[in-house]
Amino acid sequence: MSFATPYINIRGVSQIFRSEHQKEVIALDNINLNVRRGEFLCLLGPSGCGKSTLLNAIAGFTLPSAGSITVDGRAIHAPGPDRGMVFQEYALFPWMTVEKNISFGLEIQGATKTAIREKLDMLLTMLQLRDFRERYPKDLSGGMRQRVAIARVLALDSPIMLMDEPFGALDALTRHNLQDELLRIWAEFKKTIVFVTHSIEESVYLADRTVVMTYRPGTIKQEVHIVLPRPRDPASIEFNRIETELAQWVMEEQYRHQQDEIKGSGKTH
Amino acid sequence: MKSPKLLTWLPGAIVPCVLLAVWQAVAVSGIVSPLILPSPLAVAKKWIEYLSPYEPFDPRRSGYLAWLISGELLHDAYASLRRVVSGFVIGAVLALPLGLFMGASEQVYKLFNPLVQLLRPIPPIAFIPLAILWFGLGDPPAIFLITIGAFFPILMNTIAGVRHVDAIYIRAAESLGANRWVLFRRIMLPAASPYILAGARIGMGTAFIVVIVAEMIAVNSGLGYRILEAREFFWSDKIIAGMITIGLLGLAIDTGMSQLNNWLLKWHRGLEQR
Ligand SMILES: Nc1ncnc2c1ncn2[C@@H]1O[C@H](COP(=O)(O)OP(=O)(O)OP(=O)(O)O)[C@@H](O)[C@H]1O
Ligand SMILES: [Mg+2]
Repeated sequence: MSFATPYINIRGVSQIFRSEHQKEVIALDNINLNVRRGEFLCLLGPSGCGKSTLLNAIAGFTLPSAGSITVDGRAIHAPGPDRGMVFQEYALFPWMTVEKNISFGLEIQGATKTAIREKLDMLLTMLQLRDFRERYPKDLSGGMRQRVAIARVLALDSPIMLMDEPFGALDALTRHNLQDELLRIWAEFKKTIVFVTHSIEESVYLADRTVVMTYRPGTIKQEVHIVLPRPRDPASIEFNRIETELAQWVMEEQYRHQQDEIKGSGKTH
Repeated sequence: MKSPKLLTWLPGAIVPCVLLAVWQAVAVSGIVSPLILPSPLAVAKKWIEYLSPYEPFDPRRSGYLAWLISGELLHDAYASLRRVVSGFVIGAVLALPLGLFMGASEQVYKLFNPLVQLLRPIPPIAFIPLAILWFGLGDPPAIFLITIGAFFPILMNTIAGVRHVDAIYIRAAESLGANRWVLFRRIMLPAASPYILAGARIGMGTAFIVVIVAEMIAVNSGLGYRILEAREFFWSDKIIAGMITIGLLGLAIDTGMSQLNNWLLKWHRGLEQR
Protein backbone atom coordinates (compact mmCIF):
# COMPACT_ATOMS: atom_id res chain seq x y z
CA MET A 1 0.00 0.00 0.00
CA SER A 2 2.23 2.74 -1.26
CA PHE A 3 1.16 6.23 -0.34
CA ALA A 4 2.30 7.87 -3.56
CA THR A 5 0.54 5.79 -6.23
CA PRO A 6 -2.83 7.19 -7.26
CA TYR A 7 -5.78 5.20 -5.98
CA ILE A 8 -8.45 7.04 -7.90
CA ASN A 9 -7.04 8.16 -11.23
CA ILE A 10 -9.01 10.66 -13.31
CA ARG A 11 -7.47 11.26 -16.70
CA GLY A 12 -8.68 13.77 -19.29
CA VAL A 13 -12.29 13.53 -18.20
CA SER A 14 -14.78 15.73 -20.04
CA GLN A 15 -18.53 15.73 -19.77
CA ILE A 16 -20.68 17.44 -22.34
CA PHE A 17 -24.44 17.61 -21.90
CA ARG A 18 -26.46 18.02 -25.04
CA SER A 19 -30.11 18.82 -24.89
CA GLU A 20 -32.41 19.55 -27.80
CA HIS A 21 -33.39 23.11 -27.03
CA GLN A 22 -30.36 24.51 -25.27
CA LYS A 23 -26.87 24.78 -26.58
CA GLU A 24 -24.50 22.16 -25.25
CA VAL A 25 -23.05 22.52 -21.78
CA ILE A 26 -19.43 21.63 -21.16
CA ALA A 27 -19.82 20.58 -17.54
CA LEU A 28 -16.32 19.16 -17.23
CA ASP A 29 -13.37 19.97 -19.46
CA ASN A 30 -10.28 17.79 -19.41
CA ILE A 31 -10.10 17.07 -15.69
CA ASN A 32 -6.93 15.40 -14.45
CA LEU A 33 -6.91 14.44 -10.81
CA ASN A 34 -5.39 11.77 -8.64
CA VAL A 35 -6.57 10.76 -5.21
CA ARG A 36 -4.29 8.89 -2.84
CA ARG A 37 -5.45 5.91 -0.84
CA GLY A 38 -6.67 7.19 2.50
CA GLU A 39 -6.84 10.80 1.37
CA PHE A 40 -9.61 13.18 2.34
CA LEU A 41 -10.22 15.29 -0.76
CA CYS A 42 -12.65 18.18 -1.02
CA LEU A 43 -14.10 19.50 -4.28
CA LEU A 44 -14.92 23.17 -3.87
CA GLY A 45 -16.58 25.52 -6.31
CA PRO A 46 -19.57 27.68 -7.13
CA SER A 47 -22.95 26.14 -7.86
CA GLY A 48 -23.12 24.57 -11.31
CA CYS A 49 -19.37 24.17 -11.78
CA GLY A 50 -19.61 20.41 -12.23
CA LYS A 51 -18.79 19.04 -8.77
CA SER A 52 -21.70 16.61 -8.79
CA THR A 53 -20.99 15.69 -12.39
CA LEU A 54 -17.45 14.69 -11.47
CA LEU A 55 -18.58 12.78 -8.40
CA ASN A 56 -21.28 10.97 -10.40
CA ALA A 57 -18.65 9.97 -12.94
CA ILE A 58 -16.47 8.49 -10.19
CA ALA A 59 -19.53 6.73 -8.79
CA GLY A 60 -20.21 5.30 -12.24
CA PHE A 61 -23.70 6.79 -12.56
CA THR A 62 -22.74 8.57 -15.76
CA LEU A 63 -20.01 7.73 -18.20
CA PRO A 64 -17.83 10.70 -19.13
CA SER A 65 -17.91 11.92 -22.74
CA ALA A 66 -14.13 11.61 -22.88
CA GLY A 67 -11.31 10.42 -20.69
CA SER A 68 -11.14 7.61 -18.19
CA ILE A 69 -11.44 6.98 -14.48
CA THR A 70 -9.77 4.07 -12.76
CA VAL A 71 -9.93 2.91 -9.17
CA ASP A 72 -7.02 0.82 -8.04
CA GLY A 73 -6.13 0.31 -11.69
CA ARG A 74 -9.58 -0.90 -12.78
CA ALA A 75 -11.72 1.21 -15.12
CA ILE A 76 -15.10 2.38 -13.85
CA HIS A 77 -18.11 1.39 -15.98
CA ALA A 78 -20.92 1.16 -13.48
CA PRO A 79 -21.86 1.96 -9.90
CA GLY A 80 -20.70 -0.55 -7.34
CA PRO A 81 -20.41 -1.17 -3.62
CA ASP A 82 -16.67 -0.44 -3.60
CA ARG A 83 -17.62 3.24 -3.93
CA GLY A 84 -20.27 4.20 -1.38
CA MET A 85 -22.29 7.31 -2.18
CA VAL A 86 -23.82 9.71 0.33
CA PHE A 87 -26.23 12.05 -1.40
CA GLN A 88 -27.17 15.59 -0.49
CA GLU A 89 -30.84 14.60 -0.52
CA TYR A 90 -30.09 11.60 1.76
CA ALA A 91 -31.75 9.21 -0.74
CA LEU A 92 -32.82 6.86 2.03
CA PHE A 93 -35.43 4.36 0.92
CA PRO A 94 -38.56 5.78 2.53
CA TRP A 95 -40.36 2.42 2.60
CA MET A 96 -37.65 0.83 4.72
CA THR A 97 -37.01 1.39 8.40
CA VAL A 98 -33.66 2.75 9.57
CA GLU A 99 -32.54 -0.80 10.25
CA LYS A 100 -33.59 -2.06 6.81
CA ASN A 101 -31.96 0.86 5.07
CA ILE A 102 -28.65 0.14 6.74
CA SER A 103 -28.72 -3.61 6.18
CA PHE A 104 -30.07 -3.43 2.60
CA GLY A 105 -26.63 -3.59 0.97
CA LEU A 106 -25.51 -6.57 3.05
CA GLU A 107 -28.81 -8.33 2.56
CA ILE A 108 -28.75 -8.20 -1.23
CA GLN A 109 -25.19 -9.44 -1.19
CA GLY A 110 -26.31 -12.50 0.66
CA ALA A 111 -24.60 -11.87 4.01
CA THR A 112 -25.67 -14.21 6.79
CA LYS A 113 -28.25 -13.14 9.35
CA THR A 114 -25.70 -13.11 12.18
CA ALA A 115 -23.22 -11.09 10.15
CA ILE A 116 -25.93 -8.55 9.34
CA ARG A 117 -27.04 -8.33 12.97
CA GLU A 118 -23.52 -7.81 14.25
CA LYS A 119 -22.75 -5.10 11.71
CA LEU A 120 -26.08 -3.44 12.36
CA ASP A 121 -25.52 -3.36 16.11
CA MET A 122 -22.09 -1.88 15.66
CA LEU A 123 -23.28 0.85 13.30
CA LEU A 124 -26.42 1.73 15.25
CA THR A 125 -24.31 2.22 18.35
CA MET A 126 -21.55 4.09 16.59
CA LEU A 127 -23.90 6.56 14.93
CA GLN A 128 -26.27 6.85 17.91
CA LEU A 129 -29.21 5.45 16.02
CA ARG A 130 -30.21 2.73 18.51
CA ASP A 131 -33.47 4.33 19.56
CA PHE A 132 -34.52 4.97 16.00
CA ARG A 133 -33.97 1.59 14.41
CA GLU A 134 -37.68 0.90 13.79
CA ARG A 135 -38.46 4.36 12.47
CA TYR A 136 -39.13 5.31 8.89
CA PRO A 137 -37.03 8.08 7.32
CA LYS A 138 -39.98 10.48 7.28
CA ASP A 139 -39.91 10.49 11.08
CA LEU A 140 -36.24 11.46 11.34
CA SER A 141 -34.52 14.84 11.49
CA GLY A 142 -32.13 15.84 8.72
CA GLY A 143 -29.09 15.03 10.84
CA MET A 144 -30.45 11.58 11.69
CA ARG A 145 -31.19 10.87 8.06
CA GLN A 146 -27.67 11.72 7.05
CA ARG A 147 -26.37 9.47 9.83
CA VAL A 148 -28.41 6.61 8.40
CA ALA A 149 -27.10 7.38 4.92
CA ILE A 150 -23.54 7.23 6.23
CA ALA A 151 -24.24 4.00 8.13
CA ARG A 152 -25.73 2.48 4.98
CA VAL A 153 -22.47 3.06 3.15
CA LEU A 154 -20.30 1.97 6.09
CA ALA A 155 -22.21 -1.31 6.29
CA LEU A 156 -20.59 -2.39 3.05
CA ASP A 157 -17.03 -1.56 4.11
CA SER A 158 -16.58 0.41 0.89
CA PRO A 159 -12.99 1.65 0.82
CA ILE A 160 -14.15 4.80 -0.97
CA MET A 161 -16.83 7.20 0.21
CA LEU A 162 -18.22 9.73 -2.24
CA MET A 163 -20.14 12.50 -0.54
CA ASP A 164 -22.12 15.15 -2.41
CA GLU A 165 -22.70 18.12 -0.13
CA PRO A 166 -23.86 15.73 2.57
CA PHE A 167 -24.17 18.34 5.31
CA GLY A 168 -25.38 21.22 3.16
CA ALA A 169 -28.94 21.14 4.44
CA LEU A 170 -28.14 20.83 8.15
CA ASP A 171 -28.01 23.45 10.87
CA ALA A 172 -24.56 24.59 12.02
CA LEU A 173 -24.43 22.56 15.22
CA THR A 174 -25.57 19.29 13.65
CA ARG A 175 -23.20 19.86 10.76
CA HIS A 176 -20.32 20.35 13.12
CA ASN A 177 -21.10 17.16 15.04
CA LEU A 178 -21.35 15.15 11.87
CA GLN A 179 -18.11 16.58 10.54
CA ASP A 180 -16.31 15.36 13.66
CA GLU A 181 -18.01 12.00 13.43
CA LEU A 182 -16.99 11.68 9.80
CA LEU A 183 -13.37 12.49 10.63
CA ARG A 184 -13.42 9.81 13.32
CA ILE A 185 -14.84 7.25 10.89
CA TRP A 186 -12.36 8.26 8.22
CA ALA A 187 -9.44 7.79 10.58
CA GLU A 188 -10.72 4.59 12.17
CA PHE A 189 -11.67 2.77 8.94
CA LYS A 190 -8.98 4.32 6.72
CA LYS A 191 -11.45 5.43 4.08
CA THR A 192 -10.65 7.39 0.97
CA ILE A 193 -13.14 10.25 0.83
CA VAL A 194 -14.10 12.58 -2.01
CA PHE A 195 -16.27 15.25 -0.47
CA VAL A 196 -18.14 17.92 -2.41
CA THR A 197 -18.92 21.17 -0.68
CA HIS A 198 -19.30 24.83 -1.40
CA SER A 199 -18.38 25.82 2.11
CA ILE A 200 -14.79 27.00 2.29
CA GLU A 201 -14.68 26.56 6.05
CA GLU A 202 -15.96 22.99 5.81
CA SER A 203 -13.27 22.09 3.31
CA VAL A 204 -10.50 23.56 5.46
CA TYR A 205 -11.84 21.77 8.52
CA LEU A 206 -12.05 18.37 6.82
CA ALA A 207 -9.69 17.99 3.90
CA ASP A 208 -6.12 16.91 3.34
CA ARG A 209 -6.38 18.66 0.01
CA THR A 210 -8.97 20.95 -1.51
CA VAL A 211 -9.51 21.27 -5.24
CA VAL A 212 -11.11 24.52 -6.44
CA MET A 213 -13.08 24.16 -9.66
CA THR A 214 -14.03 26.68 -12.33
CA TYR A 215 -17.45 27.34 -13.76
CA ARG A 216 -18.37 26.43 -17.37
CA PRO A 217 -16.32 24.81 -18.47
CA GLY A 218 -15.60 22.95 -15.24
CA THR A 219 -11.86 22.65 -14.86
CA ILE A 220 -9.47 22.49 -11.93
CA LYS A 221 -8.37 25.98 -11.01
CA GLN A 222 -6.21 25.34 -8.00
CA GLU A 223 -5.19 22.70 -5.50
CA VAL A 224 -4.50 23.60 -1.90
CA HIS A 225 -2.88 21.13 0.50
CA ILE A 226 -4.05 21.53 4.07
CA VAL A 227 -1.45 20.13 6.44
CA LEU A 228 -2.86 21.40 9.74
CA PRO A 229 -3.00 18.81 12.52
CA ARG A 230 -6.43 17.57 13.57
CA PRO A 231 -8.61 18.45 15.40
CA ARG A 232 -8.42 21.78 13.65
CA ASP A 233 -9.36 25.01 15.29
CA PRO A 234 -11.38 27.28 12.98
CA ALA A 235 -10.38 30.25 15.14
CA SER A 236 -6.64 29.71 14.66
CA ILE A 237 -4.51 31.98 12.53
CA GLU A 238 -3.33 29.17 10.26
CA PHE A 239 -6.88 28.02 9.63
CA ASN A 240 -7.89 31.53 8.70
CA ARG A 241 -4.93 32.00 6.43
CA ILE A 242 -5.89 28.92 4.37
CA GLU A 243 -9.52 29.97 4.39
CA THR A 244 -8.57 33.38 3.02
CA GLU A 245 -6.40 31.82 0.36
CA LEU A 246 -9.18 29.53 -0.79
CA ALA A 247 -11.69 32.35 -0.63
CA GLN A 248 -9.52 34.34 -3.03
CA TRP A 249 -9.47 31.51 -5.56
CA VAL A 250 -13.21 30.97 -5.27
CA MET A 251 -13.99 34.67 -5.42
CA GLU A 252 -11.79 35.20 -8.45
CA GLU A 253 -13.68 32.41 -10.16
CA GLN A 254 -17.04 33.80 -9.14
CA TYR A 255 -16.07 37.26 -10.42
CA ARG A 256 -14.89 35.84 -13.74
CA HIS A 257 -18.13 33.94 -14.09
CA GLN A 258 -20.21 37.04 -13.37
CA GLN A 259 -18.27 39.05 -15.93
CA ASP A 260 -18.85 36.26 -18.45
CA GLU A 261 -22.56 36.34 -17.79
CA ILE A 262 -22.73 40.10 -18.24
CA LYS A 263 -20.78 39.87 -21.48
CA GLY A 264 -22.86 36.88 -22.58
CA SER A 265 -26.18 38.58 -21.98
CA GLY A 266 -24.91 41.75 -23.67
CA LYS A 267 -24.18 39.75 -26.80
CA THR A 268 -27.51 37.99 -27.05
CA HIS A 269 -29.72 41.04 -26.48
CA MET B 1 -63.11 11.64 25.52
CA LYS B 2 -66.63 10.72 24.37
CA SER B 3 -68.42 14.04 24.16
CA PRO B 4 -66.00 15.73 21.68
CA LYS B 5 -66.42 12.75 19.35
CA LEU B 6 -70.21 13.08 19.59
CA LEU B 7 -69.91 16.81 18.89
CA THR B 8 -67.96 16.19 15.70
CA TRP B 9 -70.53 13.68 14.53
CA LEU B 10 -73.56 15.82 15.29
CA PRO B 11 -73.33 18.47 12.54
CA GLY B 12 -72.93 15.78 9.91
CA ALA B 13 -76.10 14.06 11.10
CA ILE B 14 -78.33 17.14 10.81
CA VAL B 15 -78.81 17.18 7.05
CA PRO B 16 -79.63 13.46 6.68
CA CYS B 17 -82.10 13.70 9.58
CA VAL B 18 -83.88 16.69 8.07
CA LEU B 19 -84.00 14.94 4.72
CA LEU B 20 -85.47 11.81 6.29
CA ALA B 21 -88.10 13.88 8.10
CA VAL B 22 -89.13 15.67 4.89
CA TRP B 23 -89.20 12.37 3.02
CA GLN B 24 -91.38 10.79 5.73
CA ALA B 25 -93.71 13.81 5.74
CA VAL B 26 -94.12 13.73 1.96
CA ALA B 27 -94.73 9.98 1.96
CA VAL B 28 -97.31 10.14 4.74
CA SER B 29 -99.10 13.19 3.34
CA GLY B 30 -100.35 11.15 0.38
CA ILE B 31 -99.15 13.59 -2.30
CA VAL B 32 -97.24 10.78 -4.01
CA SER B 33 -98.26 7.18 -4.26
CA PRO B 34 -96.33 4.83 -1.96
CA LEU B 35 -95.66 2.79 -5.09
CA ILE B 36 -93.47 5.61 -6.37
CA LEU B 37 -92.05 6.82 -3.07
CA PRO B 38 -92.36 4.56 -0.07
CA SER B 39 -91.82 6.12 3.35
CA PRO B 40 -88.42 5.74 4.98
CA LEU B 41 -90.01 3.64 7.69
CA ALA B 42 -91.39 1.25 5.09
CA VAL B 43 -87.96 1.05 3.48
CA ALA B 44 -86.34 0.35 6.83
CA LYS B 45 -88.90 -2.37 7.54
CA LYS B 46 -88.27 -3.91 4.14
CA TRP B 47 -84.53 -3.73 4.65
CA ILE B 48 -84.76 -5.64 7.93
CA GLU B 49 -87.07 -8.16 6.32
CA TYR B 50 -84.59 -8.48 3.42
CA LEU B 51 -81.79 -9.02 5.90
CA SER B 52 -83.57 -11.52 8.15
CA PRO B 53 -83.77 -15.26 7.51
CA TYR B 54 -86.75 -16.55 5.51
CA GLU B 55 -87.92 -19.33 7.74
CA PRO B 56 -88.11 -19.65 11.52
CA PHE B 57 -85.13 -21.25 13.21
CA ASP B 58 -85.20 -25.03 13.09
CA PRO B 59 -82.30 -26.74 14.87
CA ARG B 60 -82.89 -29.97 12.92
CA ARG B 61 -82.24 -28.29 9.57
CA SER B 62 -79.24 -26.08 10.20
CA GLY B 63 -76.93 -24.56 12.81
CA TYR B 64 -77.82 -21.26 14.40
CA LEU B 65 -75.17 -19.24 12.60
CA ALA B 66 -76.05 -20.74 9.22
CA TRP B 67 -79.68 -19.85 9.87
CA LEU B 68 -78.73 -16.32 10.96
CA ILE B 69 -77.02 -15.58 7.68
CA SER B 70 -79.56 -17.33 5.47
CA GLY B 71 -81.36 -14.07 4.63
CA GLU B 72 -81.68 -12.94 1.04
CA LEU B 73 -79.67 -9.74 1.49
CA LEU B 74 -76.57 -11.47 2.77
CA HIS B 75 -76.73 -13.99 -0.05
CA ASP B 76 -77.01 -11.22 -2.62
CA ALA B 77 -74.26 -9.17 -1.05
CA TYR B 78 -72.03 -12.22 -0.89
CA ALA B 79 -72.71 -13.06 -4.56
CA SER B 80 -71.83 -9.50 -5.65
CA LEU B 81 -68.79 -9.31 -3.41
CA ARG B 82 -67.48 -12.66 -4.65
CA ARG B 83 -67.73 -11.46 -8.26
CA VAL B 84 -66.08 -8.13 -7.50
CA VAL B 85 -63.20 -9.77 -5.68
CA SER B 86 -62.66 -12.48 -8.36
CA GLY B 87 -62.73 -9.98 -11.21
CA PHE B 88 -60.58 -7.51 -9.31
CA VAL B 89 -57.96 -10.09 -8.42
CA ILE B 90 -57.75 -11.37 -12.01
CA GLY B 91 -57.53 -7.81 -13.30
CA ALA B 92 -54.83 -6.88 -10.81
CA VAL B 93 -52.81 -10.03 -11.45
CA LEU B 94 -52.81 -9.23 -15.17
CA ALA B 95 -52.32 -5.47 -14.89
CA LEU B 96 -49.56 -5.40 -12.29
CA PRO B 97 -46.78 -7.29 -14.12
CA LEU B 98 -47.70 -5.75 -17.46
CA GLY B 99 -47.67 -2.29 -15.90
CA LEU B 100 -44.35 -2.91 -14.19
CA PHE B 101 -42.76 -4.05 -17.45
CA MET B 102 -44.32 -1.24 -19.47
CA GLY B 103 -43.15 1.31 -16.93
CA ALA B 104 -39.63 -0.08 -16.67
CA SER B 105 -38.88 -0.84 -20.31
CA GLU B 106 -39.29 1.55 -23.19
CA GLN B 107 -39.46 -1.35 -25.67
CA VAL B 108 -42.26 -3.13 -23.85
CA TYR B 109 -44.05 0.20 -23.54
CA LYS B 110 -43.84 0.84 -27.27
CA LEU B 111 -45.05 -2.67 -27.95
CA PHE B 112 -48.19 -2.52 -25.83
CA ASN B 113 -49.06 1.14 -25.52
CA PRO B 114 -50.96 1.55 -28.82
CA LEU B 115 -53.26 -1.35 -27.99
CA VAL B 116 -53.78 -0.08 -24.45
CA GLN B 117 -54.63 3.41 -25.69
CA LEU B 118 -57.11 1.90 -28.14
CA LEU B 119 -58.92 -0.27 -25.61
CA ARG B 120 -58.77 1.96 -22.56
CA PRO B 121 -61.41 4.53 -23.59
CA ILE B 122 -64.01 1.78 -24.21
CA PRO B 123 -66.22 1.74 -21.10
CA PRO B 124 -66.34 -1.76 -19.58
CA ILE B 125 -70.13 -1.62 -19.98
CA ALA B 126 -69.67 -1.54 -23.76
CA PHE B 127 -68.12 -5.00 -23.54
CA ILE B 128 -71.41 -6.49 -22.28
CA PRO B 129 -72.71 -7.78 -25.65
CA LEU B 130 -69.37 -9.31 -26.48
CA ALA B 131 -69.06 -10.78 -22.99
CA ILE B 132 -72.44 -12.50 -23.30
CA LEU B 133 -71.61 -13.69 -26.80
CA TRP B 134 -68.32 -15.18 -25.63
CA PHE B 135 -69.23 -16.47 -22.20
CA GLY B 136 -73.01 -16.90 -22.22
CA LEU B 137 -74.87 -15.94 -19.05
CA GLY B 138 -73.87 -16.33 -15.41
CA ASP B 139 -70.67 -15.61 -13.55
CA PRO B 140 -68.10 -15.79 -16.38
CA PRO B 141 -69.28 -12.74 -18.36
CA ALA B 142 -69.77 -10.77 -15.13
CA ILE B 143 -66.29 -11.56 -13.90
CA PHE B 144 -64.87 -10.81 -17.35
CA LEU B 145 -66.45 -7.36 -17.30
CA ILE B 146 -65.26 -6.63 -13.77
CA THR B 147 -61.76 -7.74 -14.74
CA ILE B 148 -61.77 -5.19 -17.57
CA GLY B 149 -63.08 -2.52 -15.21
CA ALA B 150 -60.31 -3.14 -12.69
CA PHE B 151 -57.55 -3.80 -15.23
CA PHE B 152 -57.07 -0.41 -16.83
CA PRO B 153 -56.90 1.86 -13.78
CA ILE B 154 -54.38 -0.48 -12.16
CA LEU B 155 -52.37 -0.74 -15.38
CA MET B 156 -52.22 2.99 -16.05
CA ASN B 157 -51.26 3.82 -12.48
CA THR B 158 -48.62 1.12 -12.31
CA ILE B 159 -46.99 2.45 -15.48
CA ALA B 160 -47.07 6.01 -14.14
CA GLY B 161 -45.79 4.84 -10.75
CA VAL B 162 -42.78 3.04 -12.17
CA ARG B 163 -41.99 5.95 -14.47
CA HIS B 164 -42.06 8.38 -11.59
CA VAL B 165 -39.64 6.46 -9.39
CA ASP B 166 -37.05 8.99 -8.34
CA ALA B 167 -33.78 8.19 -10.13
CA ILE B 168 -31.88 8.84 -6.91
CA TYR B 169 -33.29 5.66 -5.32
CA ILE B 170 -32.14 3.66 -8.30
CA ARG B 171 -28.69 5.21 -8.11
CA ALA B 172 -28.47 4.61 -4.38
CA ALA B 173 -29.50 0.97 -4.79
CA GLU B 174 -27.11 0.40 -7.68
CA SER B 175 -24.22 1.80 -5.73
CA LEU B 176 -25.15 -0.57 -2.89
CA GLY B 177 -24.80 -3.44 -5.34
CA ALA B 178 -28.39 -4.07 -6.46
CA ASN B 179 -28.83 -6.10 -9.64
CA ARG B 180 -31.80 -5.66 -11.99
CA TRP B 181 -34.08 -8.06 -10.16
CA VAL B 182 -33.38 -6.55 -6.74
CA LEU B 183 -33.89 -3.11 -8.24
CA PHE B 184 -37.23 -4.17 -9.63
CA ARG B 185 -38.58 -5.89 -6.56
CA ARG B 186 -37.10 -3.92 -3.69
CA ILE B 187 -36.90 -0.44 -5.18
CA MET B 188 -39.21 0.14 -8.14
CA LEU B 189 -42.16 -1.84 -6.81
CA PRO B 190 -42.31 -0.22 -3.36
CA ALA B 191 -41.45 3.21 -4.74
CA ALA B 192 -44.35 2.88 -7.19
CA SER B 193 -46.73 1.43 -4.62
CA PRO B 194 -48.50 4.70 -3.74
CA TYR B 195 -49.51 5.05 -7.39
CA ILE B 196 -50.35 1.37 -7.71
CA LEU B 197 -52.56 1.40 -4.64
CA ALA B 198 -54.33 4.55 -5.82
CA GLY B 199 -54.97 2.69 -9.09
CA ALA B 200 -56.25 -0.31 -7.18
CA ARG B 201 -58.70 1.89 -5.34
CA ILE B 202 -60.01 3.40 -8.56
CA GLY B 203 -60.10 -0.09 -10.10
CA MET B 204 -62.14 -1.37 -7.17
CA GLY B 205 -64.60 1.50 -7.59
CA THR B 206 -65.00 0.69 -11.28
CA ALA B 207 -65.35 -3.01 -10.52
CA PHE B 208 -68.17 -2.22 -8.14
CA ILE B 209 -70.04 -0.17 -10.74
CA VAL B 210 -69.56 -2.90 -13.31
CA VAL B 211 -70.77 -5.70 -11.05
CA ILE B 212 -74.13 -4.01 -10.48
CA VAL B 213 -74.66 -3.43 -14.21
CA ALA B 214 -73.48 -6.92 -15.11
CA GLU B 215 -75.88 -8.44 -12.60
CA MET B 216 -78.76 -6.47 -14.08
CA ILE B 217 -78.08 -7.99 -17.47
CA ALA B 218 -76.20 -11.24 -17.37
CA VAL B 219 -76.80 -12.91 -13.99
CA ASN B 220 -79.67 -14.09 -11.79
CA SER B 221 -78.29 -13.22 -8.39
CA GLY B 222 -76.57 -10.42 -6.56
CA LEU B 223 -77.62 -6.95 -5.50
CA GLY B 224 -77.87 -5.57 -9.05
CA TYR B 225 -80.16 -8.41 -10.12
CA ARG B 226 -82.29 -8.00 -6.98
CA ILE B 227 -83.17 -4.34 -7.47
CA LEU B 228 -84.04 -4.92 -11.11
CA GLU B 229 -86.22 -7.86 -10.11
CA ALA B 230 -87.92 -5.68 -7.48
CA ARG B 231 -88.80 -3.13 -10.17
CA GLU B 232 -90.71 -5.76 -12.11
CA PHE B 233 -92.96 -6.23 -9.10
CA PHE B 234 -93.18 -2.50 -8.36
CA TRP B 235 -91.53 -3.09 -4.97
CA SER B 236 -90.15 0.39 -4.65
CA ASP B 237 -89.35 -0.16 -0.97
CA LYS B 238 -87.21 -3.13 -1.90
CA ILE B 239 -85.49 -1.18 -4.69
CA ILE B 240 -84.46 1.49 -2.23
CA ALA B 241 -83.50 -1.07 0.42
CA GLY B 242 -81.30 -2.75 -2.21
CA MET B 243 -79.75 0.56 -3.20
CA ILE B 244 -78.94 1.29 0.41
CA THR B 245 -77.32 -2.12 0.68
CA ILE B 246 -75.25 -1.41 -2.44
CA GLY B 247 -74.19 1.89 -0.92
CA LEU B 248 -73.20 0.26 2.35
CA LEU B 249 -71.25 -2.48 0.62
CA GLY B 250 -69.48 0.09 -1.55
CA LEU B 251 -68.63 2.14 1.50
CA ALA B 252 -67.32 -0.95 3.29
CA ILE B 253 -65.13 -1.90 0.32
CA ASP B 254 -63.73 1.59 -0.05
CA THR B 255 -63.06 1.89 3.68
CA GLY B 256 -61.30 -1.46 3.58
CA MET B 257 -59.19 -0.35 0.62
CA SER B 258 -58.32 2.89 2.33
CA GLN B 259 -57.33 1.09 5.55
CA LEU B 260 -55.16 -1.28 3.54
CA ASN B 261 -53.63 1.71 1.79
CA ASN B 262 -52.79 3.43 5.06
CA TRP B 263 -51.28 0.30 6.48
CA LEU B 264 -49.17 -0.51 3.43
CA LEU B 265 -48.07 3.10 3.06
CA LYS B 266 -47.38 3.85 6.70
CA TRP B 267 -43.90 4.89 5.61
CA HIS B 268 -45.26 7.45 3.19
CA ARG B 269 -44.93 11.13 3.87
CA GLY B 270 -48.20 12.99 4.17
CA LEU B 271 -50.28 10.06 5.36
CA GLU B 272 -49.52 10.50 9.05
CA GLN B 273 -52.43 12.82 9.75
CA ARG B 274 -55.10 10.29 8.82
N1 LIG C 1 -28.26 16.00 -17.17
C1 LIG C 1 -27.83 17.23 -17.50
N2 LIG C 1 -28.20 17.80 -18.67
C2 LIG C 1 -27.78 19.04 -19.02
N3 LIG C 1 -27.00 19.80 -18.25
C3 LIG C 1 -26.59 19.30 -17.06
C4 LIG C 1 -27.00 18.00 -16.62
N4 LIG C 1 -26.45 17.77 -15.40
C5 LIG C 1 -25.75 18.88 -15.10
N5 LIG C 1 -25.82 19.80 -16.09
C6 LIG C 1 -25.14 21.10 -16.12
O1 LIG C 1 -23.79 20.85 -15.86
C7 LIG C 1 -23.26 21.84 -14.98
C8 LIG C 1 -22.66 21.18 -13.78
O2 LIG C 1 -23.68 20.62 -12.97
P1 LIG C 1 -23.41 19.97 -11.55
O3 LIG C 1 -24.69 19.46 -11.04
O4 LIG C 1 -22.29 19.02 -11.66
O5 LIG C 1 -22.96 21.24 -10.70
P2 LIG C 1 -22.53 21.33 -9.16
O6 LIG C 1 -21.19 21.89 -9.12
O7 LIG C 1 -22.76 20.03 -8.49
O8 LIG C 1 -23.56 22.40 -8.63
P3 LIG C 1 -24.30 22.49 -7.20
O9 LIG C 1 -23.30 23.05 -6.23
O10 LIG C 1 -25.40 23.44 -7.45
O11 LIG C 1 -24.76 21.13 -6.85
C9 LIG C 1 -24.39 22.77 -14.63
O12 LIG C 1 -24.23 23.93 -15.38
C10 LIG C 1 -25.63 22.04 -15.04
O13 LIG C 1 -26.58 22.94 -15.54
MG1 LIG D 1 -24.16 19.34 -7.04
